[in-house]
Amino acid sequence: MSAYKILIYGYGNPGRQDDGLGNAFVEKLQAWAKEQKLDSIEFDSNYQLNIEDAEAVSDKDLVVFADASTEDIEDYLLTPVNASTKVAFTTHAASPGYIVDLCKQLYDRIPATYLMHIKGYDWAFKEGLSEKAVQNLNKALEYLKQELKDPKKMIESFREF
Amino acid sequence: MEQKITIEPVTRVEGHGKVTIHIDEEGNISQSRLHIVEFRGFERFVQGRPYWEAPVLVQRLCGICPVSHHLAAAKALDVIVGAGTGDGLTPTGEKMRRLMHYGQMFQSHALHFFHLVSPDLLFGVDGDPAIRNIIGVAKKFPDLAVQGVMMRKFGQEVIKATAGKKIHGTGAIPGGINKHLTADEKESFLNGPDPLNIDKMISWSMDAVNFLKSYHKENKEFIDGFATFPSSHLSLVRKDGALDLYHGVLRAIDADGNKILHDVDYQDYLEYINEEVRDWSYMKFPFLTEFGKEKGWYRVGPLARLNTCDFIPTPLAQKEFEEFRAYTNGKPNHMSMHMHWARLIELLHSAEMMKELLNDPDLMKGDLVTKGEKRKEGVGLIEAPRGTLFHHYAINDNDQLTMANLIVSTTNNNEPMNVAVNHAAKQYMTGQKKITEGMMNAVEVAIRAYDPCLSCATHAIGQMPLEVVIMDGNNQIIDRKRR
Repeated sequence: MSAYKILIYGYGNPGRQDDGLGNAFVEKLQAWAKEQKLDSIEFDSNYQLNIEDAEAVSDKDLVVFADASTEDIEDYLLTPVNASTKVAFTTHAASPGYIVDLCKQLYDRIPATYLMHIKGYDWAFKEGLSEKAVQNLNKALEYLKQELKDPKKMIESFREF
Repeated sequence: MEQKITIEPVTRVEGHGKVTIHIDEEGNISQSRLHIVEFRGFERFVQGRPYWEAPVLVQRLCGICPVSHHLAAAKALDVIVGAGTGDGLTPTGEKMRRLMHYGQMFQSHALHFFHLVSPDLLFGVDGDPAIRNIIGVAKKFPDLAVQGVMMRKFGQEVIKATAGKKIHGTGAIPGGINKHLTADEKESFLNGPDPLNIDKMISWSMDAVNFLKSYHKENKEFIDGFATFPSSHLSLVRKDGALDLYHGVLRAIDADGNKILHDVDYQDYLEYINEEVRDWSYMKFPFLTEFGKEKGWYRVGPLARLNTCDFIPTPLAQKEFEEFRAYTNGKPNHMSMHMHWARLIELLHSAEMMKELLNDPDLMKGDLVTKGEKRKEGVGLIEAPRGTLFHHYAINDNDQLTMANLIVSTTNNNEPMNVAVNHAAKQYMTGQKKITEGMMNAVEVAIRAYDPCLSCATHAIGQMPLEVVIMDGNNQIIDRKRR
């Protein structure tokens, strides 16, 4: 695993309940990686993705973004991220596809990039995830822990995608 | 048949907004409005919480400019803990907060210019929406795009070093700050490897100002004529009239430059400022009470700040300020697109201020916190990137918050943004039978000049695409477009 540079990046506002799923994902996975002595994995967390993240992913072999989702999914979903030129709706935030495309344009690289969508339900002004969101978070964590045992496979799968 | 065109949400502004433009049978604009869906529940939510939590709690409001809310709340609580009304902090407390604030200003202004505005300037208001974005800039002008990315990164690192962490920073506390700057942090910001050092940031800021000035020379008609209208302007200024983005007295001038709010103590803001509620918008319309709802509205933000202040206390920005003021012969500048010019002068000023602060030994030693006789109420104002931000709190005997009143920068600019939308709509849509992407974007460009933050702070995947709806006089949808 140490042969690959890996970044796990969660984003969201933990002060808005389940919007903090991405941040919680990183926090828990980082604790696990420390126990497993997986020093080659970097972790980061922020309110939103932004343009400087294109530079942060530019030297990575594998990137996994994690975010709360309101999509029609059961609990979690890991999907490859395509470079996307689509105009981001909000100004000061960017989508994972936007970051990958910016990285491609500025640094001529596309790391193998995935987005972990974790289903959320409640978005009020308070901290703490909803019970169902915690269940989804735990399932997503278990899934990615297994996948990270073979990052080469994740990287190759992305290239085939 | 009258048509109503709805642009919802407005792309590349923060959060959630909607523009409706009514067009009569002759193709004239009969009415245009910017509707903003603003979440007002926060002021109630904080009631009952211990007051010292406020600087962290308010970051739940917004993931875009949490530092501004963090500092405005801390300033209000300085008053409550008896640390004075802006002049009572220890040198270390005040200077660390200022460094945090100028880091925030720097990254926010850089992001706005490179990410949001440069596509409009480089590709034109009528440019293809598919390339009129930062990706398009990266393809055609990669050096410019890299500068934007690295300036954002530098500002973010300054915030992290002063606020403690990227999310829910805890740096500013009632009465001061909770950390010094370390020697490593200082060395990294002053002499870090190219390009991540303060001298490069100053140099790139200067380049950005020059870029805008040369664009202005070639596009005078657009920059000077687009959404230009007279108004009053309001901001904090230092007691001696200098531009001060962190603290000062409240000053307003009228459209001719006469002072109409005379450097007053912002603790008394309720004596001077009122807010109007209109039934078609969730966002209030602030105005200077003395002049009433019709004439008392004002602009805030970079343009207002450069109109109200007398000078800028850093040399490079002062030189640019003199040129900026000379352009309107010392009179107030009312050109909406000159907001970008003003913003870049502030970008340069912020970089210069960061260098000055980083060389100040007080950041690395000295007392962090000061306290005095507790009060029951406090007001904190700060010049956030988008304009003057008001936080006002009251507490009870149990140290619980009993009242919170926030007037955010975007709310202060509510009326000016509506006026700007109306000007842009009339300029680009009058007499037109077909509404093009370029015309709709012209309206958005007018709003974007004010860099509004309409964020509801959540952004989970799957929300809010751009939808354009055209309706007739009976509110029947006759066309709908998504992008």
